[in-house]
Amino acid sequence: MNKPQIRPWAVLFWLLVWQGASMALSAAYPHGGLLLASPVSALLRLGELACTAAFWRAVSGSALRIFGGFLLSCALATALASLAARWQAVRELLAPLVAAVKAVPVVSFIILALVWLDSRDLSLFIAALMVFPPVYLNVLTGIAAVDGRLLEMARVFRVPFRRQLRGIWLPQVLPYFRAACSLGLGLCWKAGVAAEVIGLPAGTIGERLYTAKVYYQTPDLFAWTAVIVAVSAVFEKAFLSLVDGAVRAAGGERR
Amino acid sequence: MEIRIKDLCKAYHGVTVLDRLSFTAGPGITCVMAPSGAGKTTLLRLLLGLERPDSGRIVQPKGCRWAAVFQEDRLLEQLDALGNLRFVLGPALDEDAACALLAELGLGDVGGKIVRDFSGGMKRRLALARALLAPSDALALDEPFTGLDAENRAGSMGCVRRAGLEKPVLLVTHDEADAAELQARIVKL
Repeated sequence: MNKPQIRPWAVLFWLLVWQGASMALSAAYPHGGLLLASPVSALLRLGELACTAAFWRAVSGSALRIFGGFLLSCALATALASLAARWQAVRELLAPLVAAVKAVPVVSFIILALVWLDSRDLSLFIAALMVFPPVYLNVLTGIAAVDGRLLEMARVFRVPFRRQLRGIWLPQVLPYFRAACSLGLGLCWKAGVAAEVIGLPAGTIGERLYTAKVYYQTPDLFAWTAVIVAVSAVFEKAFLSLVDGAVRAAGGERR
Repeated sequence: MEIRIKDLCKAYHGVTVLDRLSFTAGPGITCVMAPSGAGKTTLLRLLLGLERPDSGRIVQPKGCRWAAVFQEDRLLEQLDALGNLRFVLGPALDEDAACALLAELGLGDVGGKIVRDFSGGMKRRLALARALLAPSDALALDEPFTGLDAENRAGSMGCVRRAGLEKPVLLVTHDEADAAELQARIVKL
């Protein structure tokens, strides 16, 4: 069965259900609108927020840290996966660390990191931590899948490493890296904003979400949630386009 | 230039594959013939430095460069014919010479088609073109004519024969007709 497509009519249906539920709650209770803001009020609130400088400061501040954590983690995970592919000792050394990051709930890391770090750096650290296992493991799998017979051929013909990298390594490893980035970008935004909600660094999306919760500003809550989804999607699209370009240039196939 | 093989022995998991093999290959074509599983490919892997013999020696000039057609084609499937040649030759690739050889091997009309879309015979001929164009002092060819029709086989043999005028060519085959047609010296394993 194909992956279900998101159709505009289905989105419209659920928006109508949401609007209807919000209107029903408002009619049934004096402050029912506080429990579930309507999509219209959330959209209007988003429009108001987008006209303020504080909104863009919060979006850019959070995006910078979360995407920065993602990029740092990608670089570190790729470098360590290359070392781990070469030396079994590195692989064995990192295995418990990767397993721990995968198994331990992200909230435990967030609270622990709050003890060690300034709350402003929290989202960067948590985003990096969440991205590390998928990128490391996928790149390691990609390197292991490189065709040893092609490497032998390159060795016999004395092909320089730079050309081997472009002709053999990148086409085979980049599709694995892309799959990990696609997964990691979604993860890092969810975990990064969760870290901001707990750590409450000033002028971030997480802080604004928390404030919305404290004051029952549900239109703000939905507006900021929409912002998180949109920013995450934009970053994912932009970054994956870059990786896809690299995959195509190297002649690899998407995985 | 000569390649001297002296008392070469190789065994895998206690099973002897090559047992005190000795012969000398000078310029010209030497066909190594044996039934399947008799160590032909192992001999080429030893010559190419991909494996070490258990005992015995391969005497060849220091820095001897080999070019090879492997048992499998070992091409970069995502690239076209010239891309594969460029991968091995780098900036030294002479595109005119490469196109002339490709045409001689019946690959003159492949254009920018990527190797993934080549037939088995086309891949084999491209692997041969790569070995013939790469700078080398000796050639190791493992069943280079497998899967070729009569016309392309004749064209490929002509190219191999020409290479044999300049350097030692060790050609592994189990087909006696190949050896006879190439007027090659025969070494039976």
